[in-house]
This record gives sequence, C-alpha cells and structure tokens, in this order.
Amino acid sequence: MLKVEHLTKIYDDGTLALDDVSFEVPDGQFLAIIGLSGSGKSTLLRCINRLIEPTDGRILWNDVDVTAAGQEDMRKIRRKIGMVFQHFNLVHRSKVITNVMSGRLGYVNPAMSVVNRFPKSVVEKAHQQLARVGLEEKAFSRADELSGGQQQRVGVARALMQDPVMILADEPVASLDPVLAHGIMQHLESINQEDGVMVLCSLHFLDLVHRYADKAIALKDGQVVFEGPPRDIDDKRFKEIYGKEAERIG
Amino acid sequence: MADRHEEAQSDSESPPTPAANGGNSKRWGRRFWVIVLAVVIGIVVYAYAFETTGVNLDEIQDETRQASLVRILRAVAHPDLLTYEAVETNLDTQFMSPCPSGGFAPGEPEGGGPRITATPTCVEPGGDITVAGSEFDANRRGDIFYIAQSGAEIRLGDFLTDQNGQFTEVVSTRERSSDEPQTIRAVTAVTVGSIFNWQRVATGEIDAKTGEEVIVTSPRISTTAWDTWDKIIETVFLAFIATTIGTLVAVPLSFFAARNLMKDISVPLMALTSGVLFGMIGIGAGLIMLRMTRRAAESFTGSIWVAIVMLVVVLAVVWFAVRWAMPQSEEDQPSSRVRATRLAAVAGAAIGVIIALFLLASIMSDIGEWLGDHLGPLSFLGLFVESLGDILHLLVSGGVALVTGFVFMFIGTRLGMALRKRLPTGAIQPVNTLLAVIAGAAAVVLLAQSIAWLYEITDPAKTLWWPALVGGLLGLGGAFLARGKDSVGIGLSVYYFARTVFNAIRAIEPLVMVIIFVVWVGLGAFAGSIALALHTTAALAKLYSEQVESINTGPIEAIKATGATRMQTIIYAVAPQIVPPYISFTMYRWDINVRMSTIIGFAGGGGIGFLLQQNINLLNYRAAAVQMLAIAIVVASMDYISSRLREHVV
Repeated sequence: MLKVEHLTKIYDDGTLALDDVSFEVPDGQFLAIIGLSGSGKSTLLRCINRLIEPTDGRILWNDVDVTAAGQEDMRKIRRKIGMVFQHFNLVHRSKVITNVMSGRLGYVNPAMSVVNRFPKSVVEKAHQQLARVGLEEKAFSRADELSGGQQQRVGVARALMQDPVMILADEPVASLDPVLAHGIMQHLESINQEDGVMVLCSLHFLDLVHRYADKAIALKDGQVVFEGPPRDIDDKRFKEIYGKEAERIG
Repeated sequence: MADRHEEAQSDSESPPTPAANGGNSKRWGRRFWVIVLAVVIGIVVYAYAFETTGVNLDEIQDETRQASLVRILRAVAHPDLLTYEAVETNLDTQFMSPCPSGGFAPGEPEGGGPRITATPTCVEPGGDITVAGSEFDANRRGDIFYIAQSGAEIRLGDFLTDQNGQFTEVVSTRERSSDEPQTIRAVTAVTVGSIFNWQRVATGEIDAKTGEEVIVTSPRISTTAWDTWDKIIETVFLAFIATTIGTLVAVPLSFFAARNLMKDISVPLMALTSGVLFGMIGIGAGLIMLRMTRRAAESFTGSIWVAIVMLVVVLAVVWFAVRWAMPQSEEDQPSSRVRATRLAAVAGAAIGVIIALFLLASIMSDIGEWLGDHLGPLSFLGLFVESLGDILHLLVSGGVALVTGFVFMFIGTRLGMALRKRLPTGAIQPVNTLLAVIAGAAAVVLLAQSIAWLYEITDPAKTLWWPALVGGLLGLGGAFLARGKDSVGIGLSVYYFARTVFNAIRAIEPLVMVIIFVVWVGLGAFAGSIALALHTTAALAKLYSEQVESINTGPIEAIKATGATRMQTIIYAVAPQIVPPYISFTMYRWDINVRMSTIIGFAGGGGIGFLLQQNINLLNYRAAAVQMLAIAIVVASMDYISSRLREHVV
C-alpha cells in the first residue's frame, strides 16, 4: 500500500509543481497518471523514489515513511522500486547486458562493482530478464545500436533486475510509435498481473489508459482534478483535465 | 488539441505597431553614432597598442638590420647536421722560365676537384704570373709557394676564395732559369666527400690506445646533431611522463570539480563535524600505523627470498580476509557482531596491504639493482625497476596517512549520521553545537600550525589559543546557522575549492613553475617533468570536469533510481559517457606538452630547449637551426599521430 499525503513540491525558481497531492495505491494496482505536459506527472513519480526531494508532505510505503528515510535507507527503498523512463535513459556506450545488470547495483557489493565485476548469479539473471523482453540475442550489442522500442525493453529488463515491488513508469511510450507502445505496455501489464507488482504509469493517450489501467488520477497545475476508474473519464471530465479547447485524439 | 495549437501559433506572431516607421529612423540614427564611436575607440586603442609595443617600420627597412637578418636566415637554412673533414691539400701547376722555343703547355690535371692554373705558362725569370684557382670550397684561405729545385717551399703569396670557390692572385716568380718545368703550389684545406660520396679520411692523429692512425668518415653526422638527437628523445619522454602522470591524477580529481556531481552532496552538520574530527584523528593514526608497518616490513627485507615468501603469505591472508569480509551480494543486513568482525578483518587486511606494498617496494629495489648490474646495455630497465620500487615506497609513506585520514573521515561521517538518528530531538542541537565547536577549533588550529610552520611563528598564543578560539566561534556560528536546515551542502564547497585550486595552478605557466622545481630537484628534465605534470593535472582536471558537467543526465537518474551508491553511479552512468572526451583531451594535452617541453629547457627544465637557448646565446645559429628542425619534425609528427589516434578511438 502506497499512501501519498499532502505532497507539495516547489522548485527553487518558485514553480509550484505539486500542490497538496494525496492519493492511495493498493498493492498490485495499475495506476495511470494523466494530465498535460507540465502538470506535475514526472515530478510526482520522482518524488516517490526521491530523485526529487519533496518540499512538503509525506509518502508512506507499507507504513515506512519514505520522505524521512536517510541516505542508506533510501538506497534500500529505491532498489525495490523499478523505474522506466520516457527517454529510456540507457548508458549508450555500454553493452545491453551491462545496462541490464546495472539494475542490480543496489544489491551487489559496492566495492566489487568498482572493478566492474558482477557475481555470476546476476549475469544469469540479466540473461533471463533479457529473454523475458525478447532481446536475448542483443545482449552484447551496444545500447545505442538498438531501436527505440528495443531500448525501452532493455529499460524494462533493467527495472525487472531489481525484483521490484513497485514500478514507476514516466511516460514509457511517449517516444514510441503506437504499435511499439502496446508492446511495452503489455510487458508492464504482465509484470503487474503475473508478478503482482504495483505500477504507477504516467500516460498521454487515453485509449492506453482505458486498456491497461485499473485506476487513473489526473493532474492539472499540480493538483489532483480526477481520481477514479478510467471509464469515468467522459467528455466533460476530459475537458476539465485538458482544458476546454482540447479534443480527444485517442 | 489541434485548436490549442493554432492559437498558440497566432500568438507568437506580433502584430505590426503603428509607430514602427518613426522608431526605425530613430534607431538608425542611434546605431550610426554607436558605430562611429566604436570606430574611434578602435583607432585609439590600436594607436596606443602601436605605441606600447614599439611598432617601427624604419627598423625593418634599415640596411644593417636586414643584413643581420639575411645572415641569420642563411645560417638557419644551413643546419649544422654534417661535419666534413678538411684535409690539407697541395695543388701544383707548372711553368717554364725562360720561355722555350715553341712555348709550353703543362699537363691538365685529371678528374674533378680543386685545381690551379698559371698564366702565362712561361715567363722571363722574375716575371709576374697570374695564379687562378677554381672548384675550391668557398671562403677558404691558402698559400701559394714556389718549389725550388732543392724541394724547398718559398712562399710567394696567399689567397682567399670567393663565394664560388675561385680566386686569382698575381705573384712574382724567382729569378731562376731552368730548362725543366718549374712548379707553383697552392696549399689549402680542402673538404673531403659529399652526401653522395662518403669517404674515409685519415686524420693524421694517432689513437693513444691502439697506436693506429684515426680514420673517420667524411661527411659524418655532426656532434650538434648527436646532441640534438639525445635531447629530443629526452624531450619526447618528458612530455610522455608529464602527460601520463598528469592524466592519472587528473581523472579522479576532475569529479570533485564537476558541479552536477557535487551540488547534491550534503550531509548533516553532525556528520560533517564528526567527519572532520575523525579525519584528523585518522591522519594521526595513519602516521602511527605507517611507522609500525614499515618496521614490520623492514624486519623481513634482510634477504630478498624471505621478503618474497612473506609477500606471498601476506597477500594470501589479505585475499582470504577480503573474500570473507566482502560477500558479493547480500539481501539482508547481517548481525552487528558479524559486521564488527568483518570491519576488523578489513582493517587487518588494510594493514596487510601496506606491509605487502613496503615488501614489494624493497623487493623491486633489490631486483632492479641486480638487473642494473647484469643487463649490460639494458641496465636502464634495472634502474627503472629500482626507481619504481623507490617511488612505491615514497607513495605508500605519503599515502597511508592521507588514506587513513579519508577512511576515518568516512567512518566519522557515518557515525555522525547514525548518532543524529538515535539522539532524541532535544539533544540534537546541543550535541551539534558541541561537535561543531570542537571540530572548528581543531580545524583552525591545524591550519594555524601549518601557517606557523611556513612563517616560523613559535608563539603558542598565535598558533594555538587564538586559532582555537576563532575556530570554536566559527563552529558555534555554523551550528547556529545550520540549525534550521537538515544538512550542509558540503559538495559545493568542495567544488569551489577544487575549481579555485585548479585555476590558480593553471594560471601559472610551466615555464615559471619549473624555476621552483629547479631549485628543489636541480637542473634537468626531472624538474621539467614535475612542472609540466603539475600544470597538466590542473588543466586536464578542469577540462575533464567540464566534460562531466555536460553529460547526459538521464542515465545518472536511472542508475540512482536502482539504489546504487554515489560511487556506483559514477562508474556505471558517468564513466562510460566521458571516456571518448577524456581520451580526446588527453591527446590534445600530449600535443601541448610536446610543444611545451621543447621550450621548458629555456628555464632549466631539461629537454631540447636547453641546447637551443645555449646556441642562440652563443650566436651559433647553424646549431640552433638543427634544434629548430628537430622540434618542427617532432611536433609535426606528434600532431599527425595524435590526430590519427583520435580518429580511431573517438
């Protein structure tokens, strides 16, 4: 169970990115976060694993206060939270397998990774995860030799290496074409349904929300303007979320 | 969505304003005057620049100056690469006195080379004869003799050949009549051989050892050329040492000067102050440990075999201790007792490593010495191994205290953080303040002690009590200021400190730095290497850090999100991105260092600059030309090689 209570983020330049955001996510749920660009979706996701420090409010995950965790505790929390990014955020010059194995860094001995060595079990696990996303034969290619859809699958495999209990997906398909988008979303869906991993996913396209999410919350100017099942987003709600000139394209 | 788009577009086009035309001409007027002002300022600035730099076109056209320039240019165009042996040569021609009936025609000399002719070929006794020479060396002096019947040489006059190697000289013959042809002889030193015609020449000197006559090749490579070769090799390796050492030091330092890596580093004040205190204790502990380990190592270095056996034993113990204490991956937190034992094992292993390093250094010195005695022409390899041993010994001695200090500082920081978490809220502020006061006082006293050492101050009030008071007050102030905040942004302080130091060192040219190092380690390439290496370190650290600042932040975010430590983030997200620019910059610096090392000798830093400066001061431009040529060749070829390498790697 993830509880976000009165979360507020004000950036150093005074921008109010999140304004008193509160919601709850039960274990195993697929939550979609929607809203315009700049509505605070990315900030919200990054506050949950504290890549961005929230200004105010609390995040409780299984009754552990994430916002109060020290450096070392935060590391232990982060390694249970997988993250998938819009721009994949792979290390381009490294091999695919290295990118995948880096998902395990939170578990291995830091002294050993200084000399670029991973235990055998991690190497095997990385190959398994690559097989799961269908990229086993690309293990020793350089990451930037892969297409966009393949890179995002590597990103998913990297998140899977963490044995995550929660996955934060920040517009995972916004840089991909619709066919590839469904491929990636299906991977997230299977992780959600088969492994029971909680998924928080920010999305642009409403049809993806309808197709994959159990529940949706909508952000506008940093505030929650909608919370409920995706089918409840009718035309009136849609205009509330995206502004009255907006038209549905998907 | 589409509607919004159009609206946004029409917004960006600004409608034309009614006052546009009037505003335009006004703006034009102002722009005109700005341009006029800029031109006037430009002229004034240039006029002053001419005045101060002493631009003087009359000097360029002055004839004596031009003659000097031509002399130097010609000398430079004839680099002193080859030495020609000159041999004293007799050239004979014959004449008759008095004239026989039917005249006289002397035999033509065979082959090429210098020759003389006499005109006319017959005179009345005591008459004048014109002696003409051709194909001599230019500007060569010589004497003209009459060879008497007895074989005695009677000097008739001397000559100086012109630019083309020719001369004509009128001499008066002796009043001797004979039916036989008489001989006139020109004696001069003649250069032997040419690039296309190498010759062996007997010098006439006797070798003291063999008792045989010394025979040399002419032309042969000049002493200047050999000296230049020696020094250019020295130059290249000077640049090599400076670049490699500079790079090795600069790579880790560059991370401290990268804003994007440092700006997030902040620790609670309590962790900072306990870190500082522990760090200082650590340096002291390190010094004690150093003395103990050195003594322990020295007790085994009597015999090289004992030392080798001990080295193997110590390394094996360290290996197993580390394997046991640092499991590769761990899911759960082990019990505190296990952790304490592990910590002890790691500490023991660290001491073992230090002993091993001392042993290794002494073994290397021994082996190097032995190799130096037995390798013959390759004895420099032995010397190298021996120096490496000495360097290792030095590095370990200097490094142990420093590294121990760092480790203690790290532990202190962790302890401070743990303490802060355990303490009840009410106790945090008093403990915070107390620690800050102690740490501040200790830090400032340390600073004052080093200043006191520099200025030889012995008054304890100035070196101990006042600094302690000031430091304590600073700590108090710091604790008070940091009260509201959770942590202190120590990263940015380190960043600014590193930046300042790099910029300060970079601002001093290696040519200036070398003066200090010449005082320290004496004239020569070693001083030059240190100066260049220091400058390289600062310059590269700055360039590298700017590369780190410009990397793609996505992977850093991703690696951080996996729960990686800061160190792991640097190794897995930062390092792969900066390898190509780092290599590129290192090669660029290698270029600079080769160029720099050619002139560092001007200030006594060894290399070819030393020779060049000497020859310029002696006005020996032909020798200087050899060195300039060598520099040009080396710099050009290094340029070429490094650009090819860069293409390959990047």
